[in-house]
Amino acid sequence: MKIKRTLTPYAALLPMFVTVLVCYIGSAVWTLGMSMTASRTFPSRHFIGLAQYQRLFDNERWMLSLQNLAVYGLLFVLACLVIGFLLAVFIDQNVSGEGVLRTVFLYPYAMSFVATGLVWQWLLQPGDGIDSAVRALGWQGFRLDWLVDQDMAIYTVVIATVWQASGLVMALMLAGLRGVDPEIRKAARLDGIPAWRVYLQIVLPMMWPTVATILLLLSTAVVKLYDAVVAMTQGGPGTASEVPAKFIMDHLFLRSNVGLASAGAVVLLVPVLALFAPYAYARSRKEAA
Amino acid sequence: MVVRRLALAAWLCASAAAAHAGPRAEVIHWWTSGGESAAVREVAQAYRAAGGTWIDSAIAGGDQSRAVTVNRIIGGNPPTAAQFNTSKQFLDIIEEDMLDNVDELALAQGWDRLLPEPIVGVIKVRGHWYAAPMNIHMQTWLWYSKAAFAKAGIRKEPASVDELFAALDRLKAAGLIPLAHGGQSWQEVILFASMLSNLGGRELYLKVMRDRDQAAIQSEAFRKVLLAYKRLQSYVDPASPGRNWNDATALVISGRAGIQIMGDWAKGEFTNARQTAGKEYGCIPGLSAGSPYLIQGDVFVFPKTDDPEAIRAQKLMARVVGQPAVQLRFSQLKGSLPVRTDLDASQLDACAQKGMAILRDRARPLGVPEVYLTPDQNGALQDVLTAYWNTHMPVEKAQKSIASALRY
Repeated sequence: MKIKRTLTPYAALLPMFVTVLVCYIGSAVWTLGMSMTASRTFPSRHFIGLAQYQRLFDNERWMLSLQNLAVYGLLFVLACLVIGFLLAVFIDQNVSGEGVLRTVFLYPYAMSFVATGLVWQWLLQPGDGIDSAVRALGWQGFRLDWLVDQDMAIYTVVIATVWQASGLVMALMLAGLRGVDPEIRKAARLDGIPAWRVYLQIVLPMMWPTVATILLLLSTAVVKLYDAVVAMTQGGPGTASEVPAKFIMDHLFLRSNVGLASAGAVVLLVPVLALFAPYAYARSRKEAA
Repeated sequence: MVVRRLALAAWLCASAAAAHAGPRAEVIHWWTSGGESAAVREVAQAYRAAGGTWIDSAIAGGDQSRAVTVNRIIGGNPPTAAQFNTSKQFLDIIEEDMLDNVDELALAQGWDRLLPEPIVGVIKVRGHWYAAPMNIHMQTWLWYSKAAFAKAGIRKEPASVDELFAALDRLKAAGLIPLAHGGQSWQEVILFASMLSNLGGRELYLKVMRDRDQAAIQSEAFRKVLLAYKRLQSYVDPASPGRNWNDATALVISGRAGIQIMGDWAKGEFTNARQTAGKEYGCIPGLSAGSPYLIQGDVFVFPKTDDPEAIRAQKLMARVVGQPAVQLRFSQLKGSLPVRTDLDASQLDACAQKGMAILRDRARPLGVPEVYLTPDQNGALQDVLTAYWNTHMPVEKAQKSIASALRY
């Protein structure tokens, strides 16, 4: 009877356990194996050691993709956090029509990256969209050609995706803000501390778990960035806005090089683990304490 | 009881009908646009007329379609026939021994002398024929607007690379967009291939693309080709990056731009705009009398199977695809050329007739880069070319990067 009782939860967990083992860990190990073979269209067992990695880091497009990812990731996460926090604070002021505003800010998140990318591509198209609208309003010298500019194209992707994701950050931040004990704020107000300091130095540090969750969500969005780029710039002009996920997809299907694509996927796993490991470690210590 | 008997009767009827319908072919292809689907309908009709049943599996987008074909072959549920480009896209499948050959038909019809050499080079592997070719596209036509040429005072079609640049200069001086270009990497490869074949000539082209000869890539002649390619970039408009090819063609149709270098599928855009070759627009196949003619096309491959019914369907399919009437009708609708050089081309339009005449000259057809390079090498080359086109990369660096892209 007792054994049965202890076994039941494990039996209930079994499907999830198998899923994790086969789908996640199994796939990752298989990809690692593939990355050390000379696979082209079909998986092959021809072992070639680290040659694919050597080739990967000899590839200019891959190196540029990594650089783009770093620039994009930093800007995207920072902008989402700042804008999301400011929006949350704004709604937290008990503005009238809070429900409507919350919906409006959160709405972009309901759109897919592809739709977001396409809409922003239209908006930013030189000779169309914002570019021609501002000129029609009278500013004849105005030019907005970031989308076709080598050095600026990656920033257009930042703009579009920040527009899409900061609503979600706002919602999470707002939930965090509402979770802070109102008594603390009252006490701060009695002490005559200005509102901005209350938010920055008292409320924000208390919301650390929320911020950590948001960081994790945003970082995974950064690493898997693919569809917005495809919809907006197709990695162009030239290779200016290429990202690693697109490199991997291109080599997996278009260019029939499963080996090289797997090597790219493994390299991309490293920053994910680097981000996730400290988080998991902190949590396990907290649980142990 | 009654129900069961009815069901049995229905089953008998159905199986009788199936047996009656002859070979069943499920065909995967990506011909989904207006002209393309009309063209493939002709093939389907001819297949039915020959006694078969055609099951159409059209999948939009070549990449998507090819991925489905490969996945189904790996999964053990292959289609009867599937479309590929005439390129090394299906070489891996041949090497895994997953395709049936069509040797019987190829020998009977004498494909060796009937088909242009670059096509033979792709579908004949180690002495066996692995695909039934459907049509031929020539990728580096020059399309020009007669109105734009008149406005710029250009009286004669350019007949050398120097004359092309002179014409582009005159178009620029007349305030027009000299070169209509869609800034996507594959379109940049077309411009490059056009310069390599017209300026570098047949020998250099084959040395670089087929032999991947490192010395040829580092040579002065190849450097000149790269510089000419890069020079073209000074004739495109600033809004070109990301533009689709048909939007670039529209610029030529409206006379806002002078020239576009694009495959013969662009002809469909002119036809849709009710323009005729020789009247509103002109087509130039190459910039000198003997310039290489860069071809590619579509083929059907036949995944290996043990089912005798399916093999019968495959054989019928290969035969139907090669029928002269089907070849001609298909290409008329799609804007391509028939793959058999023995056909009467008098029904085709003026540009296609020019192309057909060149195709019969066995010294002129060459394959596009994809015919000689693996998808992987071709992709790496494309990355370098588009980066060189779009940035201030020095030509020496481009040369070095192309050498390293084609080394693997």
